[in-house]
Amino acid sequence: MEIQLNGKAYPLDKECNIDDFLTKLSIDKTKVAIELNKSVVPKDKYSVTKLANKDVVEIVTFIGGG
Amino acid sequence: MLVDLALPVNKVRITNDQIKRYSGQINLKKISITGQKKIIDSKILIIGLGGLGTPALTYLARSGVGFFGIADPDKVSISNLHRQILYDQKDLKKSKAEVSKKKILLTNPKIKIKIFKSKITKNNIDKIAKDYDVILDGTDSFISKLTISDYCKKNKKILICSAINKFLGHLFVFNFKEKQKKSPCLRCFMPKAPSNDNNDCESEGIVGSIAGVMGVLMCNETIKEILNFKESLCGKILIIDLEKTTFRTINLHKNCPNHL
Repeated sequence: MEIQLNGKAYPLDKECNIDDFLTKLSIDKTKVAIELNKSVVPKDKYSVTKLANKDVVEIVTFIGGG
Repeated sequence: MLVDLALPVNKVRITNDQIKRYSGQINLKKISITGQKKIIDSKILIIGLGGLGTPALTYLARSGVGFFGIADPDKVSISNLHRQILYDQKDLKKSKAEVSKKKILLTNPKIKIKIFKSKITKNNIDKIAKDYDVILDGTDSFISKLTISDYCKKNKKILICSAINKFLGHLFVFNFKEKQKKSPCLRCFMPKAPSNDNNDCESEGIVGSIAGVMGVLMCNETIKEILNFKESLCGKILIIDLEKTTFRTINLHKNCPNHL
C-alpha cells in the first residue's frame, strides 16, 4: 500500500498505526502533530489509528517563535 | 470596566474624525458604521511585542481599536530590527512596551494603551488579562502559549494565537466566548510543551516576511471575530510556508481532556 507523506508518495509494507509509523521514522511524537486526511489526530488516538492505502499524512512540527 | 463586545452599538459614539479616518473600512458592507463602532469599542491585549505582536498592534491600531493592553518584558536589541517593525535604531535597549505605546500614539493619540512589563505566567495572567475580551498571543514560548490558551478557555476569552519559525507560520483562532463555535484549544493540537522550549527565532533562523504576514493575519482574524464573521478560522489551523509559498488549512477538533 502507499500513502502520501508530506506531499510525496510513501510505500508502506503493511498496515500500521500512527505510533508505529512515527517509531519507524524515528520521530519524537511529543514534538509533532499528525494531520491525517486534513484533520489533526488526537495524540491519545495514535495507537488505534491505522494508516490506510491512499491516506494523506502530514507531519506538522510544533513551532513556538514569535 | 470590562467592555462587552456585545454592547449595543447604539451606545457607542463615533465622531466625524473617526468616520473620515475609517471611511475605507466603513464603506465595506461587512463592516459599515455598526462594525466600526464595535472595533472602536473593543479591548484587546497583545502579549509579546516581537515579530508577531508589532505588526498585529500596528494594523489593529490603524483599524480603529480603541483600547489596548500590551505586554512584553524585553528591551529592543539590534537583531530584532529586521522583523519587529515598531522599533528603530534609536530605540535600542529601550522597553519594547514603552516604545510600542509611543509609536502607536503617533498614528492616533486618542487610543488608550496600558503597558505591562512582566513576563506572562500562571500567577499573573489574570491580573493582566481580565479586562480584555480578545487576547493576541505573539509570545515565543510553548509554555507561555499553553498558559494563555488555558486561561482564555477558562475565562471564555477570544484567543488569536500564532507561531513562527524559519519560513513557517501557524495561525489559530480559539473563540471560547461563543459556545456554539465549539472551539478547540491549543492543547488539542499540542497537549504538552515539547522539552525544547527554546524558540529563539534568531538562532533557529527566521525571515522577517513570515512575521509580517502572520502578524497582519492575526489582526485580520481579530477583526473577524470582533464582528462575528461567519467565515471564522475557529476549528482550523492555517499553515503557511513562505519558502514554498503555500497556504493550507487543516481541521482541529476538541479532543483534549481539558474539554471532557
